[in-house]
Amino acid sequence: MSHHTILRVVAKFLIPPIILYALYVQWHGDYGPGGGFQAGVIFAVAFILYALVFGLDALVRVFPTAVIRILFSLGVLIYAGTGFVAMFFGKNFLDYSYLGHDPVHAQEWGILLVEFGVGLTVATVMIAIFIAFASRIPSISDEEW
Amino acid sequence: MSNLPALQIILPLMAAPICAMVGRPKFAWGLATLVAWASFAISILLFLSVRDGTVISYDMGGWAPPLGIEYRVDVLNAFVLMIVSGMTSFVMPYALKSVASELHESQHAYFYTAFLLCMTGLMGVAITGDAFNVFVFLEISSLSTYALVAMGAARDKRALTAAFNYLIMGTIGATFFVIGLGMMYMVTGTLNMADLAQKIAANGDSRTLRMGFSFVLVGIGLKLAMFPLHLWLPNAYSYAPSAVTTFLASTATKVAIYVMARFMFSIFGFDYDFQANTMQFIMLPLALVAMFAASTVAIFQEDLKRMLAYSSVAQVGYMLLGMSFLTQLGLTATVVHMFNHALIKGGLFMAAGCFIYAVNSSRIDDLKGLGRIMPWTSAAFVLGGLGLIGVPMTAGFISKWYLMQAAFELDWWPIALLIVASSLLAVIYVWRMVEVLYLRDLPEKNDVRAVPLTMLVPMWGLLLLSVYFGVSADITVSAASRAANALIGASNIFWQSGG
Repeated sequence: MSHHTILRVVAKFLIPPIILYALYVQWHGDYGPGGGFQAGVIFAVAFILYALVFGLDALVRVFPTAVIRILFSLGVLIYAGTGFVAMFFGKNFLDYSYLGHDPVHAQEWGILLVEFGVGLTVATVMIAIFIAFASRIPSISDEEW
Repeated sequence: MSNLPALQIILPLMAAPICAMVGRPKFAWGLATLVAWASFAISILLFLSVRDGTVISYDMGGWAPPLGIEYRVDVLNAFVLMIVSGMTSFVMPYALKSVASELHESQHAYFYTAFLLCMTGLMGVAITGDAFNVFVFLEISSLSTYALVAMGAARDKRALTAAFNYLIMGTIGATFFVIGLGMMYMVTGTLNMADLAQKIAANGDSRTLRMGFSFVLVGIGLKLAMFPLHLWLPNAYSYAPSAVTTFLASTATKVAIYVMARFMFSIFGFDYDFQANTMQFIMLPLALVAMFAASTVAIFQEDLKRMLAYSSVAQVGYMLLGMSFLTQLGLTATVVHMFNHALIKGGLFMAAGCFIYAVNSSRIDDLKGLGRIMPWTSAAFVLGGLGLIGVPMTAGFISKWYLMQAAFELDWWPIALLIVASSLLAVIYVWRMVEVLYLRDLPEKNDVRAVPLTMLVPMWGLLLLSVYFGVSADITVSAASRAANALIGASNIFWQSGG
């Protein structure tokens, strides 16, 4: 794809705002529309666009598959762990009241933490699915069409 | 102590990503085994604390039901939780060698991850008191099951199409289920099971409710392989890795049966006419057809695992038959059979896995004469087969005994006769295996691998337990009878005492 100058320049322009927008959706999920799931998908789109324009190898250099595997497991653990720690404070699972001095703030913090876990897992799983599909060797090569 | 219902689900849920993260096969296996045993211990504790009829209610995140999600444990839930976690505890030691021989090493860690997630899903379905939560957990277990079935591709590529078919059928089932839930939500405005039961009783019958009931029935019917909806099951069971088949055959359909019983009797209630008619004029004939048609098809199978899979469809027929009697005794028979069949079919599929380990094939033709060089596995298979037929002194007999008693209680003696007649079909396919194993000559050139003890011991453990519960059925029958009472008294006992 080295000859597609316009594509490469536009992609380079687009990727930072996409990531920024993903972060906006992520951190505003607690009191506006949005949240970890949507943010994760948007975040992953930035990397998928990068791979589409600059090639899969470039993406895997940025995001080695071993790292992806650890990150998507970590996201689930952040979610479950946030709920799990509550039990040590004598609360029920997922009761975030332990996180702050007053319950409303604590719930907000809890949701932020949990949504971070969701966002991390969704983003990395989306990238992982893309890599899994894209790295398949096609049964018909480009020249044979 | 008070967090036990949550721990039951969280332990496997948190262990699963750890397995994937570390990615080492031995570590993943060790952690999964540890978690399975811990879960089993928790479910026994839960069962002991609800045995006397108390109901444990646990508010997720501290939000009180009906708005918050509630975990609700009564005798029936706890019994099903015990089946699922207990079977996992038996399958895990078995899986070590079986999985090592059937799967690529790179997949082992992911195998245990998916396995733990599947277990989480099944136990979550059983423990939750929220109808929508049932759907979520059902999807967790189904999605991981598709992956587990597809992993059989290392041995036979057809596992991929089997998994894909299962995915399509399972997704249709889940969609129907959630559409049904939507209708119920439309009528009642709630998703909490206890609340649903009260509101449905208060609102009375309506066309929307009937549609909701029918969608839920068909959706769950697909998941539990109710007779004409069973077509995904034989392929999925035949091509999945042996440990997975063992686990699914002994837990997945049982949990789906539980969901059906819970929705029918706890939510819609015993005195819902539309349901009673559906059960007696649709479910009962289908159950009878399943018993005969699936057993007959099983007789003509060329593959051992496929034969056992069809036999599972027939056994699901017995469980549905017990439910469609709409009596306490019928439900008792269903719950007892859930447990007994889990032991028996688990043991039989483990034996099939041992044959696959030894000769790398489950085709019946390839198993000729193995009774002579694999005495332990073959004897175990025969013992399990006797249980499947329902010979006295085996657990299968207890199930059929109660099922027939339930039929006699209603004076439906033709059905009792049909139960016996369908058992005779089981004699044919079990005898066919006995003949192949013991009466045929071993091929001269044979390459039989010795089956390791880690596979033999869990298999014999399950089958000896099935004999134990066939001789002294007090524990299982009294638990099942209490569970049936909890379901029958749905609107009065179950929902009022814990809330």
